[in-house]
Amino acid sequence: MTSFIASLIAPILAAPAEPALPKSPDSPYFWMPTRSSTVADQIDWLFDVMVWLSVISCIGILGAMVYFCMVYRAKSRSANERVELTSDHNTTLEITWSIIPLVISIALFVWGFKGYVDLRTVPKDAMQVHVSGQKWKWSFTYANGWSDDVLHVPVDTPVRLLINSTDVLHSFFVPAFRVKIDAVPGRYTELWFHAIHAGEFPIECTEYCGTSHSDMLTKVIVHEPGGYEKYLEQAELLEQKKPPAELGAELYAKKGCKQCHSVDGSRLIGPSWKGLFGKSESLSDGSSTQVDENYLRESIVDPQTKLVQGYPPSMPTYKGQLKDHQLTALIEYIKTLK
Amino acid sequence: MASTSTTADVIDPHRSQAEDNYLTHDKGLLSWILTLDHKRIGVMYLASVLTSFALGGLFALLVRTELLTPGRTIMSADTYNQMFTLHGAVMVFLVIIPGIPAALGNIIMPIQLGAKDVAFPRLNLFSYHLWVIGALFFITSMYLSAIDTGWTFYTPYSTSTTTAVIPAAFGVFVLGFSSIFTGLNFIVTIHKLRPPGMTWFRLPLFIWALYSTAIIQVLATPVLGITVLMLIVERAFGIGIFDPALGGDPVLFQHFFWFYSHPAVYIMIVPAFGVVSEVIAVFSRKRIFGYKFIALSSVAIAILGFLVWGHHMFTSGQSVLAGTIFSAITFLIAIPTAIKIFNWLSTMYKARIHLDTPMLYALAFLWVFTIGGLTGVFLAVMSVDVHLHDTYFVVAHFHYVMMGGSITAFMAGLHYWWPKITGRMYKESVGRLGAVLVFVGLNVTFFPQFVLGTRGMPRRYYNYLPEFQGLHQLSTIGAYILGLGFLITAVSLIRSLRKKADAPANPWGAATLEWKTASPPPYYNFRTVPTIDAGPYDGYEDMVYDEKSRGYVSKASRA
Repeated sequence: MTSFIASLIAPILAAPAEPALPKSPDSPYFWMPTRSSTVADQIDWLFDVMVWLSVISCIGILGAMVYFCMVYRAKSRSANERVELTSDHNTTLEITWSIIPLVISIALFVWGFKGYVDLRTVPKDAMQVHVSGQKWKWSFTYANGWSDDVLHVPVDTPVRLLINSTDVLHSFFVPAFRVKIDAVPGRYTELWFHAIHAGEFPIECTEYCGTSHSDMLTKVIVHEPGGYEKYLEQAELLEQKKPPAELGAELYAKKGCKQCHSVDGSRLIGPSWKGLFGKSESLSDGSSTQVDENYLRESIVDPQTKLVQGYPPSMPTYKGQLKDHQLTALIEYIKTLK
Repeated sequence: MASTSTTADVIDPHRSQAEDNYLTHDKGLLSWILTLDHKRIGVMYLASVLTSFALGGLFALLVRTELLTPGRTIMSADTYNQMFTLHGAVMVFLVIIPGIPAALGNIIMPIQLGAKDVAFPRLNLFSYHLWVIGALFFITSMYLSAIDTGWTFYTPYSTSTTTAVIPAAFGVFVLGFSSIFTGLNFIVTIHKLRPPGMTWFRLPLFIWALYSTAIIQVLATPVLGITVLMLIVERAFGIGIFDPALGGDPVLFQHFFWFYSHPAVYIMIVPAFGVVSEVIAVFSRKRIFGYKFIALSSVAIAILGFLVWGHHMFTSGQSVLAGTIFSAITFLIAIPTAIKIFNWLSTMYKARIHLDTPMLYALAFLWVFTIGGLTGVFLAVMSVDVHLHDTYFVVAHFHYVMMGGSITAFMAGLHYWWPKITGRMYKESVGRLGAVLVFVGLNVTFFPQFVLGTRGMPRRYYNYLPEFQGLHQLSTIGAYILGLGFLITAVSLIRSLRKKADAPANPWGAATLEWKTASPPPYYNFRTVPTIDAGPYDGYEDMVYDEKSRGYVSKASRA
């Protein structure tokens, strides 16, 4: 019993921050994250107006309630106190307390509407990045064709994201920018923002999408002037210069393989990569095959062709998503996992 | 002036309660399973709904326990996803939607109306059987492979997941008919079975609320039925209604689903408004203020509720024009809702207030529903909703209105009508303790979730960023307090059943018709058809409290 309680308390007391997780910059506001985009100010302002209206309403309504309970509390039932005869309706009052909330509602609606139109109207000169959501990772493709799992943008520049999903609904949310839009399979949605602070801000999936919905995290890196161009230039070069196995290890995390395949032997949704290369694998059609480079390549670009027995047919294809040298890198990485 | 023609039915408060009542009238299991008595049907619903509430509550405690730490605490991600889905589905479909109408409404409404039973007693029994069948499909789906789609079943996740969506969706389909038939029954009953003198504006507000709810049940639920049917067909035959790979539109599902599910939330809250109206009037010993406005505002909410479903979809890719219309109409609904709160408060002005358990719950309702309702305004504002959608802010909002609104009012009604239904008084001190624990637990659980939401914590998250842990732990502590409050209340209510059935006919001094019958009532409700010549909140000044029977009697009978 005590060890059960201890096992409950221990994780509560220890909450180490994983270094790989995106972290929001410290915010000076109680309710909201940092105001790191151009729209955040007006949205937060409107939010604050509503907080104050709510506080005033609550004090009024609940104050009246508590006051009445104290001042008009009956002594006891036996006392059979008489209630003072007051009117049981007052049309003027009804109209008044309908009109005032109505006026406030109209104001809030109009401000909200204007803000929303702003959020949905992409500036003409916006720089575009293509976003693809799939279970359970985001991937970002830049104008030069380079693809990454982290969103890089320049500060002080309007950016348009063209978003879609390759499987189920996801939703792209950047709390620090106050922007969000669903990623819908079969169509494109768009979102734009204009970042005003350099730094890193979490991106979260906010439409439930299955097992690892809460791990579908990444971040947006807002570069100081000049930083973004440098990043694009170097990213592709750096990748091609890396030893294949090292690149493969990075791609394992970036391309979402790690959501379903472990490297330590533990069974996740797909087979573990540990000791995979060279082993004899049993397939769902009863046959068996040797795991070599060709089998691995086929399993990545055409995963439904040879299914390993005992595992669900869940893997999406990576055809078109990985360049040749990236496929080679992954295969070389797998070969190192004995 | 109190209504007079029911003196034949005014039970002598000193008379022994050994007399035959609806609980003792017939014996044996079949006399319950095949009963046509609305009171017995209501009692079966009550037991079923409260059991489902305990189950859904257990799932909630497990969810909140898992959320004590980021990463794994007591269960895997898949189990967690199933847990929150089942919590939502059980609470929505098995507890809150049937809740007040089927459990309390079935028992009380016909008596309160002055009728012998509902218009279609067999249909009423069938409604209950359908509830049971629907519940069985749910439970079966839990054994096969509990659903993990969220209670909202969004496509294409729900059409592609391997969990038992079809049995669960079919359970929802069957439950829908249970709801539709109850609604139909109530509408006809209220129209056609009113006794002489019971004009529309002499109806108790509980009945106005049930009537408005019934309209929504009958008009909206068929859409849910068709929607889940389409979902089942899509999964079974891959037709391509919602699946984009086959030419379908996933967002279409959201439109269909919310077309029902938004009016559904009014099915959940409008009966609660009815209970609160009854309790506040009686425990303030004063006529309800603004009766007509409260009555008609329920109808307004019922109608407007059909026009706002898109406010659940501001970030779905829906057009700006559609979103604008939905937002505008959503603000309109806030007005009749606010009116009710002001009228209830005005009822308490210069009243004589008794703070027994039902009133404590009604006051808790005012507090918690005000917060829940106001936070709905935040979500109606389109630009702010973009930030708040699908975060814990939404979770906090709907728990404040559903848990804080519907469930608190259910508790108020349960305690208020407990002596009438069971013939026993519950222990008042424990009732009050339970109410306080529930109220505190509610706020400690859900208020931190507003902060979690605005800071960017998404909903339906098994894992979370470490910066959110403190607020999650606070919320979990609140959940345990809430659970404790309900547990104490449940134990106390069940124990009260062991006592002799000697509750007075009218312990609270109410003026509505159900209090003119014995506690518990005879199976036939009234010996003769009552004639009504006064309103439902008239005549408190003609009642006196009788110490011996611990109930109210008319001054005339005392003299």
